[in-house]
Amino acid sequence: MKPNVTKRMIKGTILANRQIAPEHFVMDIGSAWLARKSRPGQFISVRVMDGVTDPLLRIPLGIHRISETGVSLLYGVVGPGTALLAKRKKGELIDTLGPLGKGFDLSAVTRKKNAEALLVSGGHGVAPLYALAEAVTAKKRKAVFFIGAKTGKHVVCEKALRKLGAAVHVATDDGTRGHKGYVTDMLRKYLERGARDPQRTAIFACGPKPMLAAVAKEAERSGIPAQVAYDEYMACGIGACRGCAVETVQGIKLACKDGPVFAADMIKW
Amino acid sequence: MDLKVTIGKTTFENPVWAASGTFGNGDEFQDFLNIGEMGAVVTKTVTLRKKKGNPPPRLVETPSGLLNSIGLENKGIRCFKKEDLPWLKRSGTRAIVSIAGETKEEFVKCAEELTGRHRPDAIELNISCPNVSHRGGKHCLFSQDPVITERIVSAVRRSTGTTLIVKLSPNVTDIGIIAEAAQNGGADAVSLVNTYFGMAVDAEEMRPCLGNVTGGLSGPAIRPMALKAVRDAYNSVSIPVIGVGGIMTGTDVAGFMLCGASAVQAGTVNLVEPAAYKRILREFIAYLKRKKINRAGDLVGKLRI
Repeated sequence: MKPNVTKRMIKGTILANRQIAPEHFVMDIGSAWLARKSRPGQFISVRVMDGVTDPLLRIPLGIHRISETGVSLLYGVVGPGTALLAKRKKGELIDTLGPLGKGFDLSAVTRKKNAEALLVSGGHGVAPLYALAEAVTAKKRKAVFFIGAKTGKHVVCEKALRKLGAAVHVATDDGTRGHKGYVTDMLRKYLERGARDPQRTAIFACGPKPMLAAVAKEAERSGIPAQVAYDEYMACGIGACRGCAVETVQGIKLACKDGPVFAADMIKW
Repeated sequence: MDLKVTIGKTTFENPVWAASGTFGNGDEFQDFLNIGEMGAVVTKTVTLRKKKGNPPPRLVETPSGLLNSIGLENKGIRCFKKEDLPWLKRSGTRAIVSIAGETKEEFVKCAEELTGRHRPDAIELNISCPNVSHRGGKHCLFSQDPVITERIVSAVRRSTGTTLIVKLSPNVTDIGIIAEAAQNGGADAVSLVNTYFGMAVDAEEMRPCLGNVTGGLSGPAIRPMALKAVRDAYNSVSIPVIGVGGIMTGTDVAGFMLCGASAVQAGTVNLVEPAAYKRILREFIAYLKRKKINRAGDLVGKLRI
């Protein structure tokens, strides 16, 4: 009766854990299993420390890079759990659970030639979209990346994205880099530049909820399909506790199991 | 080593079970565990009609604890019978179906649905969910009122011969009185504790952390209080007591059994470590060996005072 195993709880080796921007950390974890099974948009839940009850729950983190030997997770220090995570050292083992959830559906851009992926990130939302940009460019499809950040110092991955061949547009809240204002303003302007074939264009977004709602609106206005990676408070990560409820047009769905990636027009904004 | 425990008409292979609401209906855990080896799985509570549950956020972590306000989201008992129960029964574990209702009649109707080939190994009456409202009675929860507790239990008792466990709330003045009421109503066992009422506040935003404002606290944070409640119930009734509350290890299992639990349910730990069950049972067996105890049942209530 044992089904094909899609997720596991395993100890990975911390290969690196470093700060890359004022509020961004990246942890590289060595694990052949995670490397083989992970897809952009999925997440991995890590236990900050073994054998302690505080913090109690795992922390779900978006898969930021997938290499041949492991995965990278990008995170921000937003509470006591992530503060402890930032202190974990290279060479230590970390308890991982994953890969979890449904990732981005790449067929939206791979089934047609000359297709274009528009990737829109806000804050730490850059995490899964970088992995997606790698996958999109590996399939020889065009990737246009819109990065939204607090300040110029908070812009990450820009160089690496250009290296992949992605076109990169930056927006910051204070105008210290690129456009001053919302990243979704740039998306709108880009879409207004000319009519696009909805069969050959797809939007992928990850970021704070108001940003995702704005992306959904642009998608609706332009008729271009959008997929959003939706974050909700989570406990188990595997669909058992029903904590991470998302209201959709098809009723309650779970961010951990049915998502975190949803079609933007599925969600009741 | 003899780990068997008998409650009502049902014999369980071992005394370590999964608590309601923390284990789905079992299928989500197949990647991590052989469900058939588990003492029992208590399902997520089902109600007569489907329930949408409470608005998000439904969860927040607190020191060594988890505060939730899921609100009994479920697809209703008919759907559950068709889609989940047959699988769980086939898995080889003991299937305990947790049911709830807004009225006594709904509890009875739910129990009546679980007959014939849909008969589980036991029914757990959830009269203690802190996150739903119900009709009638002057208390917030059915299980805060001994008269209503006895009335619901005896009504369900008359409608089914299935082993009946009654899940109690710790949010009471004297849990012994409520446990006694469940026993008088004809319960085969009481399980306790359900979660403690609680809340968490985001002071920056000046808002409650939960969408439903208040919730129920579980996890290791409540274990000392749960142990006390189990001991109080054990001293008040002659039917078996099932211990629940923040169990993380095999020694925690032993602690609850020493306080009078005949079996235990591990809950929140499943959400952190989906294969926890295997480890906890292994640790408990190691404890029994270390203590040269051949029958798990010999541990029950043997606290040295």
